[in-house]
Formats: sequence, C-alpha cells, structure tokens
Amino acid sequence: MSVSSATRPYRVQAVARGRRRRASRRRLVILTLVALVVAGFAVTLMAGQTFYPPRDVVRVILGEQVPGASFTVGRLRLPRAVLAVAAGFGFGLAGVTFQTMLRNPLASPDVIGISSAASTAAAIAIVSLSLSRTQVSVLAIVSALAVALLIYSLAFRDGVVGTRLILIGIGIAAILESVTSYVLSQAAEWDLQEALRWLTGSLNGTSWEQVLPVLVALVVLTPVLLSQARDLSAMRLGDDTASALGVRVERTRITVIVAAVGLIAFATSAAGPIAFVAFLSGPIAARLVGADGSPLVPAGLVGALLVLVADFTGQFAFDTRYPVGVVTGVLGAPYLVYLIVRTHRAGGSL
Amino acid sequence: MTISHSLAAEGLTLGYGDRVVVESLDLTVPAGEITVIVGANACGKSTLLRSLSRLLKPREGRVVLDGREVHRMPAKELARTLGLLPQSPVAPEGITVLDLVGRGRHPHQGIFSRWNDGDDAAVADALEATQTTDLADRSVDELSGGQRQRVWIAMALAQQTDLLLLDEPTTFLDASHQIEVLDLLTDLNRTRGTTIVMVLHDLNLAARYADHLIALAGGRLHASGTPAEVLTEDSVRAVFGLDSRIIEDPVSGRPLMLPIGRHNVRPRSAPSPNHM
Repeated sequence: MSVSSATRPYRVQAVARGRRRRASRRRLVILTLVALVVAGFAVTLMAGQTFYPPRDVVRVILGEQVPGASFTVGRLRLPRAVLAVAAGFGFGLAGVTFQTMLRNPLASPDVIGISSAASTAAAIAIVSLSLSRTQVSVLAIVSALAVALLIYSLAFRDGVVGTRLILIGIGIAAILESVTSYVLSQAAEWDLQEALRWLTGSLNGTSWEQVLPVLVALVVLTPVLLSQARDLSAMRLGDDTASALGVRVERTRITVIVAAVGLIAFATSAAGPIAFVAFLSGPIAARLVGADGSPLVPAGLVGALLVLVADFTGQFAFDTRYPVGVVTGVLGAPYLVYLIVRTHRAGGSL
Repeated sequence: MTISHSLAAEGLTLGYGDRVVVESLDLTVPAGEITVIVGANACGKSTLLRSLSRLLKPREGRVVLDGREVHRMPAKELARTLGLLPQSPVAPEGITVLDLVGRGRHPHQGIFSRWNDGDDAAVADALEATQTTDLADRSVDELSGGQRQRVWIAMALAQQTDLLLLDEPTTFLDASHQIEVLDLLTDLNRTRGTTIVMVLHDLNLAARYADHLIALAGGRLHASGTPAEVLTEDSVRAVFGLDSRIIEDPVSGRPLMLPIGRHNVRPRSAPSPNHM
C-alpha cells in the first residue's frame, strides 16, 4: 500500500504517457479518415462518364459557369456526393451509438427495424400518398420514433435487456420490410429506381432539396450525440457500473435514442435504408481506434467513406449500374453471418 | 483524505414488480469500518446494496447519506462520495487495464473538462494500491479472474470515494485470490479509512473480515453487531435454516461456523478420538 516517494512520480508519468499515446492514435485515425473522405469526395466530383479537372470542379463549387461541368458536377455529382457523405456520417454515428449503448454489434438501427420504419414510412408517403419532401421527412421521423418506442416498450421488463430488444427488433424489421415490398408492388407507376431506393438505398437522381434536411439534421443532432459520448463509454461497463459512476442511465439512453433515430430517419428519407452502413461502421471504427477511445466520430467518418466508395463502385465498376445499397449489402451480409457464427462459437447467445 | 460519512437506511422497502424483497429495514453503516452483509440466497442482500447506492429506488423509506436522501442527490456528486462495484461488471472487449481504471474518473469530469494531472495521479495510485501497475497495458480479457477483480477494484478506487460498496467481490475466485481481495480491501480500510460495505457469501470469511456484520433473513434485519454477537448457532439456524456449531477460529480468534448436515457428522456426545 505505502508507496515510496521515489517511484510514484514515475508511475504517474507512465499513466499519462499511456493515455497520451492512445489519444494520439485516435487523432491519427480521425485525421486519416477525414483525409480519405475528402479525397473520395473530390474523386467522385471529378471522375465519371466525363472527367473534369480539379480546376473546373472548384470553379463550379465557387458558383462560376463552366460549360458542361456546371450541369454534370454542380447539378448531378455535387448533391449526390454531399448526400453520400451526410447520410453515411449519419448512419455511421447513429449505428455506433446504438451498438455502444446496447453493448452489442447486432443492435444497429438497420438490424433492429428502425431504418425499416423510416423507409416504410417514406415509401408509403412518396409512392402511395405523393407527399412533399418535408412531409416525407416528418412522417419518416415520427414512424421511426414510434417503432423505436414500440421495440423499447416490448423489450422492457425490469430494465431493457439488449438481446430481447434485438430479437424483437429483427422481427419488426421483417414485418416492415414486407410492408415496403407490398406498397411498392401496388404503386400505380412502377418505378424501379424509386423502388430500389426504399428497398436497399440509392443515391440516384439526388437533388439539393433532398440533401438539405439531412444536413440540417446532422448539424443539430451530431453535437447532441457527441455530448453523450463520455456517458456512453461508461455505459459499456454495464448499466449498474455506469450508474455507480454517476451516469443517469435512463436519461442518457432516451437522449441517445431520440437523437440517433432522428439521424437515421432523416438520412433514410433522403437516401433510403442504405444497407448495413450503420451496422458496419461502428465495428470498423472500433477496430481502428482500439477499444479505449470513443468510436463515435470515427464511425461517422467510416460511414461517409463507405457510402462514397460503395456508390462510386456501384456506378462505374460494373457493366450495369448498381444502387449504393446493393454494394453495401454485399459487404454487410457476410459480416452479419460472421458475427453470429463467432458469438455462437464463443458460447454466447447473440 | 477521508471524512467520515454517515450512511443509513430508514424504513426501507424494496422490490421488483409485484415482489417485495426487502421490507421496512433500518440499518446504519458504521463510518470507517468494514461492514459485511450476509444472508441466504434471495434474501435481499444484493437488492439492499443496490438501493444503498441509488441503483434501485425504494418503494418506501429512504437511504440517507450525511443527512441527504441519496435518491435526490445529483448523480455525479453522489458518485464522488460513494462507489459501487456490482456483482458482474462488463469489460468491453479489448479494453486495456489502464483505460478501464481510468473510467473511474468519470464522476470527476464534466462534459468539457479535460483529463488532468490529478486524474493521472488517481489512476496511478489505484493501480499501485491494487498491484496492477504492471498489468496497465494488458487487455482485461487476457487476465486471470483474480487479476481482473483487482482491476475492477482499482477502477472503483480511482473514483476516490470515501465509501465503497461491493457486491460479492470474491465470487468465482479461488481461496488464495479470495483472501488476496479481502486483504486488499482491509488495507484500504485501515490505511485510508475507506468505509467498506460488502455482500459476502461465505460466512466464515465474513466473520473473519467484518468489523460489523449484518444478517438478513427474508428481507428483514435479523441481527447486526460484531461477528461474535451475530454469528451464533441460533442465528445460523434462523437465517440459513442450517444446524451448525460455532467454535473459536484458532487463526483469528473470531467465530468459525461448522455446518452440520446429514452426512459425515460425528454424534455430538462421542468422545474425541486420541489417535488423530
């Protein structure tokens, strides 16, 4: 117990060094991801059917008229790339907060039915009811929150147990997805592009009026989630331990759910439920920053990068153009299987 | 470092759903001592501990810390005075010892306040006290049960609370690690004056390490006092429904409970054999 005064300052310094080393690793990861997102964004703007040099792209962004580029870059590629980054960031951030809060990588909003709720609502609003953009977003958010509340209350019994919530969520997701399929098949004007958007997520034909609500949601809700980062990382130690550390667990949980569901709903009502981005980003980010740092911002950046790269791949890597959700789905599904196989090998249940 | 705090339960009734687990219980935790709560399975030991640390809201009655009701205190303020180590805390996959212990600093930090030298010193101190300094860079997953429990105690120590509540800190540990953990907690109590309240399963370890022993039966206080006062043949029968003999522990001089089951028991009147 008693510590000789000669060794103590050294020990404190060792602790400080270890902590700084981890913090600098996290900074390096974030900076690298930001650089990659910026690079991906730039490439998406320049490359395509026609290549425009960086000079033209910058001129378009600054508002100058450049023949050809003003339309292709300014009206087609720019809103699409901005939506890719914004929706990807939103999915990644919302996904990782759910996964952290429920201490389970399967507890991502796109697995437990929250994305499905937003996309079912949006599909009904657009395809069957022909509502306006704003009305679609509002309806998507209300539905996503209502379904989140439903799952939460169904799973509630002396506190929420993650596994029960996940299983109920998967069931509800299945119901909602079949509703979406039905709505799309009943649509008067059968539009394959539109159908794909609500089934797997797509950025085809993105316009600025689709992008704007997502940007506003990001600006408002990201700080809310980041302000809960420290409480969330305490909750990874279990609800009891977190409470003992002074976290108001229920309050944190409600705040996080509302903010994350909001992000999911706005992003989904613009881009559809881009498959597995919310689900994949958190674990990838956690692997990059290690278990110690907060994975929130890195997961958002990973999400943005995933959507950018997957959309670009889907457009230009194959003979046929695939919507972004098909590409992310192909990446995500094997990972889902891997997770389930791994937990069962470890003898755990979900 | 330690100011003596008063922690008491007044007319506490606790339960889950329709089930009442603890009924109108009064108790006082003596400041600066080691209090051990014992009782049969499902008698409300852990429930009581959870309520003392604000995790469970009482149906009736209240828990009072220094004259204030704990369920009305700001969460972080309470967490700077009273720490709790739950029975099965969760270590996130891959987390390092240093970071886990660092989480103990949570109640001392605000949303915007940065980690400071005081936090580093508290973590270094907690590692030192639990002899886990050498494990600091290891992943918690790869530690042995005894090491892991020391690390969790280190996290609770980094919280720097004057009161520390522990729910069965020795479960899943072998004999030597049980003693190691209880010795460590006693060190903390003796050198820093930390008031310790813990639930223990093993009556004899409870008698060995408690300054103050509390026996619960069926959600009510059966007896409290020194181990010699509380651990009697009558109370073991009342609390556990078990016949026993209490002798003086030749090692500690405290009471030692020898259970009497249906098998391998010599008739009580039989003369003791000399050839052993």
